[in-house]
Amino acid sequence: MAASVDTAKTVGALGADEYKYGFVTDIEAVAAPKGLDESTVAFISKQKGEPAWMLDWRLKAYRHWLTMTEPDWAKVGYPPIDYQDAYYFSAPKKAGDGPQSLDEVDPELLRTYEKLGIPLREQEVLAGVAVDAVFDSVSVATTFKGKLADMGVIFCPISEAIREHPDLVRRYLGSVVPYSDNFFATLNSAVFTDGSFVYVPKGVRCPMELSTYFRINAANTGQFERTLIIADEGSYVSYLEGCTAPMRDENQLHAAVVELITHDDAEIKYSTVQNWYPGDKDGKGGIYNFVTKRGACRGRNSKISWTQVETGSAITWKYPSYILEGDGSVGEFHSVAITNNRQQADTGTKMIHIGKNTRSTIIAKGISAGRAQNTYRGLVKALPGANGARNYTQCDSLLLGDRCGAHTVPYIEVKNRSARVEHEATTSKISDDQLFYCRQRGLSAEDAVSMIVNGFCKQVLQKLPMEFAVEAQKLVGISLEGSVG
Amino acid sequence: MTSGNGAARAPMLEIENLHVSVAGKPILCGIDLVVNPGEVHAIMGPNGSGKSTLAHVLAGREGYEVTAGTVRYLGRDMLALEPEERAREGLFLGFQYPIEIPGVAGVNFLKAAVNAVRVHRGEGELDAIDFLKLARAKAKLLEIDEALLKRPLNVGFSGGEKKRNEIFQMVLLDPRLAVLDETDSGLDVDALRVVAGGVNALRGPERSVVLITHYQRLLDYIVPDVVHILAGGRIVKSGGKDLALEVEDQGYATLASGTAA
Repeated sequence: MAASVDTAKTVGALGADEYKYGFVTDIEAVAAPKGLDESTVAFISKQKGEPAWMLDWRLKAYRHWLTMTEPDWAKVGYPPIDYQDAYYFSAPKKAGDGPQSLDEVDPELLRTYEKLGIPLREQEVLAGVAVDAVFDSVSVATTFKGKLADMGVIFCPISEAIREHPDLVRRYLGSVVPYSDNFFATLNSAVFTDGSFVYVPKGVRCPMELSTYFRINAANTGQFERTLIIADEGSYVSYLEGCTAPMRDENQLHAAVVELITHDDAEIKYSTVQNWYPGDKDGKGGIYNFVTKRGACRGRNSKISWTQVETGSAITWKYPSYILEGDGSVGEFHSVAITNNRQQADTGTKMIHIGKNTRSTIIAKGISAGRAQNTYRGLVKALPGANGARNYTQCDSLLLGDRCGAHTVPYIEVKNRSARVEHEATTSKISDDQLFYCRQRGLSAEDAVSMIVNGFCKQVLQKLPMEFAVEAQKLVGISLEGSVG
Repeated sequence: MTSGNGAARAPMLEIENLHVSVAGKPILCGIDLVVNPGEVHAIMGPNGSGKSTLAHVLAGREGYEVTAGTVRYLGRDMLALEPEERAREGLFLGFQYPIEIPGVAGVNFLKAAVNAVRVHRGEGELDAIDFLKLARAKAKLLEIDEALLKRPLNVGFSGGEKKRNEIFQMVLLDPRLAVLDETDSGLDVDALRVVAGGVNALRGPERSVVLITHYQRLLDYIVPDVVHILAGGRIVKSGGKDLALEVEDQGYATLASGTAA
C-alpha cells in the first residue's frame, strides 16, 4: 500500500487552535520534559525499570525514526504535528485528582453513559471519579486473575511482562511489526509507555473474554499503547479492546501498535470498539488515531479475526492486517467505521496470503454523515506460493446527507494462478423516502437513522462479543446524532 | 356532504380551502373536505389530479408547500405537527409505493413503530414476546406468511406482498385515521379481498378511512359512505357510493367538466 496516489486533502476543515485538547495538561512531578530526544527515551525506559535490551531496542527505533518522514498517502488532512511540542511521559494520575463525584462530571458525558446503559459504578470509573478502591469489579478482576493464572494464561501490563517474562517478550516483540515498520509504529517502539501482554499456553482455551474487566481497567493506558498477544499451539483467546463509552483524553496523538501471533491450530479473536473524542461539530479538537495493528498466523490452520467498530477520533488511520503464513490459516476482518461532522477515517485491512490454502474474508462497512470523509483502503495479496488461496471482500458505504464523502481504494495483487479473489462494493444513501416512511410509522428521524444504520452494520456487529454488541448498537445511533433533521 | 353522526362530535379531519404547490407549481387548488368519525370516504380521480399530493400533505411529507388553507385533525392544527407526531396521534398513510429498508427486519421495524405509538399513548412498550404474539395473530388475519416478517422490510417483496404488508402495519398500529393511497393498484382479486378484509376489520365508530383510488373495483369490497371526485386540484363532485359507478360508466372527463362541488 506504500505507493498510494490517493493523497487528496481536506485541510482547512481544522481550526488554528487545533491543540486545545492536545498537549496542555499540567504535568505533575514525575514527567519527562517536553520534546523528544534520546534522553526522553532513556527516561521512559528507566521509569519503567526496563532491562538494557529493551532500552537498546527503543533507541534503535528512535534513531530509525529520525530518518523517516510522516506518511501522506492517506485521504486525511491535518496541520503538521510538532513532535517536539509534546510530552512523552507523565506519571499516572493519583486517585483524588479527578472529580469527587458524578456531580462534578460533564453532564453531556453522563447523558451518553446513560444512553449506553452503563451501570453507575462503571460510570464513575470511566469518568475518572475517585472511588473507593473496594468495589465489585475490582474483586471480580482479582478472581479472574487467579483463574487465568491457574490455567497458565499470562495477562498483564506489557511493562510488567518486560520485567517478569523477558524471554517471551524478546522472542515476539517487534516480530510482526518491526521497529522500523512505519513512521508511527517506529515512534511507538521508541516511546511506548504501556499496554497489554497476553500469552495463552498450548492447548488452553482462555475461559473468559479478556474484556470483562478490561473495560474498567483500560482507562489511561496512554498515548503510545503497545499490545502483544501470543496464542500458542491449539489455544484460543478472545480479547476486547476499548470501550463504548466516550473517552475524554487530553492527548491528541495516539499511535498504538498491536501485534498478534498464532501458532498451529490457535485462534485469536480481537475486537475493538473505539469511541474517542471526535472533536466538536466544526472539527475542533479530537484525537488523531494513527494505529498499526497486525497479526501473524504463523501456524498451520491458525486463525485471526479482527472486528472493529470505529466511531470516535477526529482522524482514524488504521489497517488491521494479516500475514497468513501457515498453510490453511484463516483471516477474518469485520469493520464498521462511522464518521460524522468533520471526522476523517482512512481505514481498511491488508491480507497477505503466503501459505497454501489460506482463506480470508473482509467485510467493511463505512458510514459518512455531516461533512465527514470515510475511506476504505485495502490490500489483498497472494504470493507465488499461496496455492489455493481464497479471498472474499465486501465493501459497503452508506451516505447520510450530501456533504460527506465515501471512498473505496482496493488494491489486489495476485501472483499465484490458483488463487481466487472476489471483491464486491456498494454505495448507498439513506433516502428522504426511507426517512419519511419510518417517521410516518411513528419513529423519530434519529431513531430511523439508527435503525437503518444498524441494519446496514448488522453483519459486523453480530461478530462482537454479546455484551458489547448490544452497547455497540446504541453507540451507532449516538454517533450519528444531529446528522439528520 | 353527509354527516353520519351528530353535529356535537368534532370531525376527524377537516380540510378547508387547502392550496398546495410542489416546486412552485400549484397542485391542490382549494380542497374542502370533512371526514367524521366512523366514516369511510373514497377519493377518486384521474392521474395527475392531486390525489397522492393530498395523501402526502396529510402525512407531512417535505417538499409540499401549503400556500393557503387549514387542516384540522381531531380539532388540532395538523400542519403544525411533525410527521412522526401525526403518526403517533393515530394517522396512518398506506403508501402507493412502499419503501424498501434493507437490513431492517420487518418485525423489528414494526415493533419499534408500535412501541413509539404505545409510549405516546402512555401504554408502555410491548416486549418481544408479546409483540410477536400480536403480530402473529394479525399476520394470520391478512394471510401473511410469517417468514415475510423476518425479511428486510419490503426488500424483494412482490407488489401484492408490499400492499398486504402495508395493511398489516395499519392493523398493528391501530390508527384513528387511515389514508390509503392507491392500495388497490396492482392487486389481483385474491389480494384485493384480503386487503379489503383488513380495512373493513378496522371500521368502527371511532375510526375513519380515506381511500384514494383510481378504480371503482376496490369499492365493491370496501363500501364508502361518501365518494369524492378530484380533478384539477379540486373536489368537483361528491356523492354516495353510486357516484363511483357513474365514474365507471362515464369516465372522469365527463364528471370533471360538470359543475364543481
